[in-house]
Amino acid sequence: MAVEVKTKETNEIETEQLATGCEAIAEAIRLADVDVMAAYPIRPYDGVMQAAAKLIANGKMDVEYIVADGEHSQFEIVKHACAVGARVFVGSSGVGWFYAFEAIAVTAGLRLPVVAICGNRALDDPGAFGTEHNDSLAVRDLGWLLPWAETAQEALDLALMAWRVAEDKRVSLPVAIGLDGAFLTHSQHIVKIPTQAAVDRFLPKFDLGDRLLHPDNPITIAPQVDQDWLMEIRRQNDAAMRNALGVIREAHADFKRIFGRGGESPFLDEYMTDDAEVVVIGQGTLSLPMKVAIRRLRKERGLKIGLVRLKWFRPFPTEEVVKSLRRFKAVGVIDRDYSFGSPYYGGVLYNEIRSALYSQEKRPVIVGFIAGLGGREIEQPMATEIFEKTMAAGKGDLAAGDTCHWIGVRE
Amino acid sequence: MAEERSVSIEVVYRGIFQKTLAQRICRSVVLAARKRGHTGTAFARYGDSPERNGVPAKQFAVVAADELELEASMAKYEPSVVDVSIAVDDTLVKGVESWAWYGRQPIWKPVRANGWLLVTSDKKPDEVLAQTDKAERPYTLGIVPGGASFAGLWVYKDDHTDFRVLGALAKILPQWIALDDAKAASLELAKGDQSAVASVQYGYDATTMRRVKDGEGTSGHEVLQFKKPGWTKMRPGVIVEARKPGERNPYYKKYGARTMRPVVNFDTCIKCTMCWLDCPDECFEVTPEGHYEVVYEACIGCGICAQVCPVKDCIVMVDELKFTDNKDKWQLWKTDHSKYNSWFEDMSGVSADPKKGASGSVPPNANPAANAATNPGADPAANPTTSAGGDE
Ligand code: SF4
Ligand code: SF4
Repeated sequence: MAVEVKTKETNEIETEQLATGCEAIAEAIRLADVDVMAAYPIRPYDGVMQAAAKLIANGKMDVEYIVADGEHSQFEIVKHACAVGARVFVGSSGVGWFYAFEAIAVTAGLRLPVVAICGNRALDDPGAFGTEHNDSLAVRDLGWLLPWAETAQEALDLALMAWRVAEDKRVSLPVAIGLDGAFLTHSQHIVKIPTQAAVDRFLPKFDLGDRLLHPDNPITIAPQVDQDWLMEIRRQNDAAMRNALGVIREAHADFKRIFGRGGESPFLDEYMTDDAEVVVIGQGTLSLPMKVAIRRLRKERGLKIGLVRLKWFRPFPTEEVVKSLRRFKAVGVIDRDYSFGSPYYGGVLYNEIRSALYSQEKRPVIVGFIAGLGGREIEQPMATEIFEKTMAAGKGDLAAGDTCHWIGVRE
Repeated sequence: MAEERSVSIEVVYRGIFQKTLAQRICRSVVLAARKRGHTGTAFARYGDSPERNGVPAKQFAVVAADELELEASMAKYEPSVVDVSIAVDDTLVKGVESWAWYGRQPIWKPVRANGWLLVTSDKKPDEVLAQTDKAERPYTLGIVPGGASFAGLWVYKDDHTDFRVLGALAKILPQWIALDDAKAASLELAKGDQSAVASVQYGYDATTMRRVKDGEGTSGHEVLQFKKPGWTKMRPGVIVEARKPGERNPYYKKYGARTMRPVVNFDTCIKCTMCWLDCPDECFEVTPEGHYEVVYEACIGCGICAQVCPVKDCIVMVDELKFTDNKDKWQLWKTDHSKYNSWFEDMSGVSADPKKGASGSVPPNANPAANAATNPGADPAANPTTSAGGDE
């Protein structure tokens, strides 16, 4: 754990602090004035637990902190608290996240705006702590919004965005922020901590309206229904997910206006793409080694390469992704996940990107890469290999194109 | 009749109590038809499961000339039109209210024009017809003689209702179920017990038919139909309005689950509150003078009130088919004691005046729910007419 170091006052809207991704999230919990949070230890989520507990112990934060008897209870606790009007926070990692799966599914079904983090961690077996995205991605079809953070700063910023988007009545869906274990959750960086006044301008009070479970508002939630009802309920959730794109755009614009951060697009972070012919796309912290490789390969070999980082996986920003990627000759998709037996034996993101671009007349060659599983580092030679293969595919090398490559795996 | 390539049959039954019976009827239809080379399928309406005690539920049998024809008739899994509807308890003719938001449907609703409604009953066709919704198209009402066959969840009352119904079907659908095939199938199902064959023949011979014309039947039953809302109209988050205290659910009334209803002798009531306390559906309202009157719209006819009432013959369970409406009766007692008491005597068959002496309170053919409540682990072996349920 980091010793709390307040580095300096920047201006009236923020201060600086050296914090891990987990500590940045704990600051967001404090700033969002969360009412109830649920905890059950599993690495790397436990980093948030500890950071939040410390804030409470130091008298800096007032939140009902409930230590559950397991992950399933953890998610049930916040689901119920949310239904009675509490702003909530929860999280887990890896197989702990899976242990909560039933509660995770019903939370989205009930349209309760629970905000969670999934501290991404490889699924057992074998037991391992390193990052992989399959835990978060397992809920991709259920109605959870899934953003991924790149830095501790973005973790904090996305968390504040998460409550705002989740609790918006047009959306009212849960959000699970993906945080790469170790790289993001447990490394300390300078993080700008907004002032309470600035956050209050951005994040309105939570109001469930006429969906609030309260004796003065007698409603029944979660009834058993007959087969004649499900399709309409699913269609409602579909509409909410569609609405989310617009609500994220609004929230992003407000966030930029108030805090001056957040990049150009709410959905994509493009790096050196202006003149690029070939790009790679991925989520989370893998952007760091890729950015270094881009700078190096541009300097050493004059390669016109760039990076597109996807910030929201759900709702999938199809329009933005298509508009961005169709400019390039070839796109390499880096999955820090797997989808065994899927088309072309690719990762989850690979097949989503291919699907998004299918209807385009002019579309890039798409190459898949499985890399960095279980927290393995994507080192520079691997990054180079990824770009080389993507460029070869762009030049019509069939062995490289329309297929997926495992990068850095021992033969 | 033009050559038909398939036939659909539904069995309307009381959930749990008659599940095995309905299953056996549907299976026996397919197995009998198979003997002539037809093919078929038997299945339950999925939305009825999990079944609720006494709540009307449905099972189906579809028989077809060949596999392609069967596929064609299965393209709509749950038939919305059937050739024959079979009600295995005559109180079901007052209407079918499934637990899942269907409202109340006339018993003949899915029966095609000139189709059949078979009802197992001890009553005369006209008595049954008098409680059936006014016909909107002609059909034939067939009465298969016999009382309703009720059992619990794990037991099956083997009184050959299934074989009698199969005999009746052989009579009306000979092109699909020949009498000889029905007998052969019943013999197999009964594991060689020849009395099954006799029951098939009895159903064939003793079922009485009555043509029902447009407009025959009662218009006295409540219309209870709902339009299901579209996704833009529904409240998000799987929310439904809760009932306010004292308010009853307008969408699911449950009286369709009733085979008997309680009638109360207010004159002998000692206001002990037991009925009010123990009614599982909170059906009792307190009257201004402290009696407890039954709200018949909400009563499921479980019989618990009659069992807990400490006063002999104060609450008596009475055959549901004797009543034509769900109106509350306390008003009558309030305005005219003697008129009320003669109504009470008429319905219950016991004297309203305890000093005159009366017969037992709960009739021998007591309500199945009451039986199930007091005798949950009924031992099949203890009752020779009761055997283990399920398919063999
Ligand atoms: S029969 Fe059952 S449901 Fe009806 S009033 Fe009596 S206890 Fe209540
Ligand atoms: S249980 Fe019988 S005596 Fe007691 S209040 Fe009810 S009707 Fe009256």
